[in-house]
Amino acid sequence: MSNIPKNLRYTPSHEWVKQDDDVLTIGITDHAQCMLGDLVYVELPEVDSQFQHGQECAVVESVKAAADIYCPIGGEVIEVNEAALGNPQLINEDPYGKGWLFRLRPFETPATILLNAEEYSKQVASEAH
Amino acid sequence: MSNKNKKSPIIFELSQPGRIAKSLQPHIADNIDLPTHTLRQTAPLLPEISELQAVRHFTRLSQRNFSIDTQFYPLGSCTMKYNPRGVHRLASLEGFLQHHPLSLEEDSQGFMACAYELQEILKEITGMHAVSLTPMAGAQGEFAGVAMIRAYHQAKGDTARDEILVPDAAHGTNPASAVQCGFKVREIPTDAQGNVNIQELQKAVGPKTAGIMLTNPSTLGVFEKNILDIALIIHQCGGLLYYDGANFNAIIGKIRPSDMGFDVMHLNLHKTFATPHGGGGPGAGPVAVNARLAPYLPIPMVAKENQHYRWLTEQDRPQTIGRLSTFMGNAGIILRAYLYARLLGREGMQRVAEFATLNANYLLTRLKAAGFTAAFPQRRATHEFIITLKNEAKTLHITALDVAKRLLDYGFHSPTMYFPLLVPECLLIEPTETEAKETLDMFADTLIAIMKEAETQPELLKQAPHTLPVRRLDEVKAARELDLVYDVTRGA
Amino acid sequence: MPFIPHTPANIKTMLDTIGVNQINDLFNEIPTELTQSSQPQPSRHISSGLTEMELALLMQARAKQDAGRLCFIGAGAYEHYIPAAVWDIATRGEFMTAYTPYQAEASQGLLQLFYEYQTMMASLMAMEISNASLYDGASALAEAVLMAVRLSANKQSVILMPTTIHPHYCQTVRTIVEQQHLTLHDVAYDKATGKVTAASLSTLESATALVIPQPNFFGVLEEVDALTDWAHQHNILVIAVTNPIAMALLKPPGQWGQQGADIACGDGQALGIPLASGGPYYGFLCTRKKFARQMPGRIIGRTTDLEGKPGFVLTLQAREQHIRRAKATSNICTNQGLMVTASTIYMSLLGPEGLRRVALASHQNTRLLCEQLRTIPGIQLLFPSHYFHEIAIQFATPVEEILQNLAKKHIQAGFSLKKAYPELGNALLICATETKTAENIALFVDTLKECLREHDYVE
Repeated sequence: MSNIPKNLRYTPSHEWVKQDDDVLTIGITDHAQCMLGDLVYVELPEVDSQFQHGQECAVVESVKAAADIYCPIGGEVIEVNEAALGNPQLINEDPYGKGWLFRLRPFETPATILLNAEEYSKQVASEAH
Repeated sequence: MSNKNKKSPIIFELSQPGRIAKSLQPHIADNIDLPTHTLRQTAPLLPEISELQAVRHFTRLSQRNFSIDTQFYPLGSCTMKYNPRGVHRLASLEGFLQHHPLSLEEDSQGFMACAYELQEILKEITGMHAVSLTPMAGAQGEFAGVAMIRAYHQAKGDTARDEILVPDAAHGTNPASAVQCGFKVREIPTDAQGNVNIQELQKAVGPKTAGIMLTNPSTLGVFEKNILDIALIIHQCGGLLYYDGANFNAIIGKIRPSDMGFDVMHLNLHKTFATPHGGGGPGAGPVAVNARLAPYLPIPMVAKENQHYRWLTEQDRPQTIGRLSTFMGNAGIILRAYLYARLLGREGMQRVAEFATLNANYLLTRLKAAGFTAAFPQRRATHEFIITLKNEAKTLHITALDVAKRLLDYGFHSPTMYFPLLVPECLLIEPTETEAKETLDMFADTLIAIMKEAETQPELLKQAPHTLPVRRLDEVKAARELDLVYDVTRGA
Repeated sequence: MPFIPHTPANIKTMLDTIGVNQINDLFNEIPTELTQSSQPQPSRHISSGLTEMELALLMQARAKQDAGRLCFIGAGAYEHYIPAAVWDIATRGEFMTAYTPYQAEASQGLLQLFYEYQTMMASLMAMEISNASLYDGASALAEAVLMAVRLSANKQSVILMPTTIHPHYCQTVRTIVEQQHLTLHDVAYDKATGKVTAASLSTLESATALVIPQPNFFGVLEEVDALTDWAHQHNILVIAVTNPIAMALLKPPGQWGQQGADIACGDGQALGIPLASGGPYYGFLCTRKKFARQMPGRIIGRTTDLEGKPGFVLTLQAREQHIRRAKATSNICTNQGLMVTASTIYMSLLGPEGLRRVALASHQNTRLLCEQLRTIPGIQLLFPSHYFHEIAIQFATPVEEILQNLAKKHIQAGFSLKKAYPELGNALLICATETKTAENIALFVDTLKECLREHDYVE
């Protein structure tokens, strides 16, 4: 069973979101990195670019698959993880820590559209069948 | 391929400064009248080796390769049948090889006769109205076909149609080609029997539908039974039907795409018409259309007037979608397909579909009897079929990849793996009509033996292949540390 | 039955195993209205199968119809001498009848060969990396244009296309990029020199990419350094379209101007591929390493196996259609593997010096031809610029007549420029590669003189 920390929020498309004051940090879940396999490439949004909720804003690639990252909340990108760009393996090794993808200043309050850890666990379990 | 332990140096490692193959070097005068700033100052990194060294190097490389000429190659969806040597020999006659593509028509009648006759043959077996041979591969044929669908709607002022429907089981080229033509792609799900889900299709069609791209038999190795209903639904809403000819080997001479309701299609000559795959090309992807799309066919085409063959260009065909290649597509492949068609004749073509289907159903029956799981057990195989190893993956912890790699050790090329994406742990198997029963039996026996190994010595599968020049390769490293050209300074 | 090995006994056993009576029962999932409507009417175009010998007789006759011409046509397809070893080896069944190397362990021969090709082609262009080939030169340019658009991420892309690019390349690019919301902007050539000047580009500084042909369609050498520097000063990408043989003699794209071209592409035919009515040839495409992910087509990478031994695989596949589907960098799924195999053997046999000699001998033969043609009254060299191995010649006589009259003597005099460049009047594009001897050239010139004399006489 993959690691799903209780203190984070999630999307059905396997992104995680962490809120610190008015800044959100976004990455992909342990389950997602496990399904994709060893990542070889990451494409991240440009700082200052703006995205609507659900818009494609980044790509992660393994040798056999490529996955789009959908912006979990509308907002403006304020920082991207340069270390992950240079070394995508970080996302496999530490998806909730050193493998974060980008930080966002949201236009709206994250609130209800995101899943909590329990809801996300259920979704992952249901996908296994 | 038994050269497991032989080293294979990179050609640049054989190179010695100043070594040249003298008899291959043309004579030159010493003076160069071009100014220095236009000239190259450093020599390119090309090998400096003898003719024998070159011959030996490339001969050895050829021996580190599976091919139809040396192995059974049941690669689903690729139709790896025998490529007749006679065809190759006759297409290589000097008169064809030395013929310049921009020769006058009167200097080109030999080649043009063959191209014209192939157009006519393809018209007849597809039931279509007109054919253009120029697309250089299936993917380019798809592009041409979808571009014609766009041109047709635009000519009618019907510009709202910006969606192409594609079943979720389709080849990846279908959506990619549609997007390259400026369309949005809408996927239609497949039902439990492998047919297009008609309810979902009905929901998806509408005034935005430009057309649908289908292959029949589908990539799931079954015949799309509802094809006539699908054609009705699409045509009623004003859309067109595109036939992806990837699986034409299953129906050639038996039924015609035009009768199924298709308006436009491409053929893969390198599949159905047995032209050599050449390690990934060249192929050829001619397009065939019904009368309403005929004005849009890509140029050039060949016409016959008063026993004289003549090129049709944009002057003759003002509504053409245009040119897709510098000259006439992969002319040598067109020639080979023509030769193959003449060797088969009409009866021979029909037998292609019949025996491809017989071979696939026989192999499927044998594998089912041995306990393998067919993806669609209630359905007939067409020219190919899918087995799924999802149960074995759970019980024995081996994957389709493991089985595929172990097959290589036994001297069989692997079937297509993990395609279509809908079927977990799948192998798509296409034996083709040119394989003898004994080969099919050996292949079935080998798969059965491999599943025994999976129970008793699973490591044999997981570590496979064991007997090839290399073991499993690190694809992650290849993608992370891109090494695409040899660096002399770094050495081996 | 051609190519079908089944004996009657085989067929019976197989049908029994499946549990059906006859082969047609295997088609019983197909609606009957389809199988009935397709039943063969007397065939108009498909006769009964021929034997290989019967077919050989027919084809020898057809090949003979097109054979035996002395060819001075270039215009994108060039006759060079091809050493016997090239196709002897390339057509070994192990190369010719293999598929795309998806099973890397069973395809190391082809994969290594493609890696060697990538190295040779990149080096010939003086670029950092190369793909494993595209369909042909024209479609390679179309892919290069699409790649430049991806690199620029500019929604309103303008591509500068000099009219000195092969006209068929321009037409092909137009067909392929038509739906991509970009503008192909024609750039006129200087009438006196037959090449593009940086001055003529002065109002086009917001473009995405500039295409530079070298040599250009007229055979003329463009001012590649000045054009490249102009483009880079304005943040415009440079796409080189080159003849690979010429690059053994001329300055390669990677060394143009201060920074070199960004993408180099073209047709690989000149490197060991026969004319063969126009194909199959192959397209090449080289670029900077940092643009690798935007490069279309198959790419081979070197890696190691689980014992640490070096080996080769298809890499960066996640860009491609079978994984990315609608979001792929292009819809291409093949390269022209067999043509690349022949070219790699050709380059290996010739080596750097051999290839340079082929280029230089072609240039020198064209110069010899040019000098002799210029002595004929009524003939004019259109552009007094430096050229590689093609020249545009203007006549006072209708070119159709010249072509027809020389054709009667089995000489193909060149490619008429009338349709693509009506402003040039009666002009022919003429090419003499290293395959033309001094006698061939003299015969061409004498026959031409004779033909023009007859024409004057008639008039």
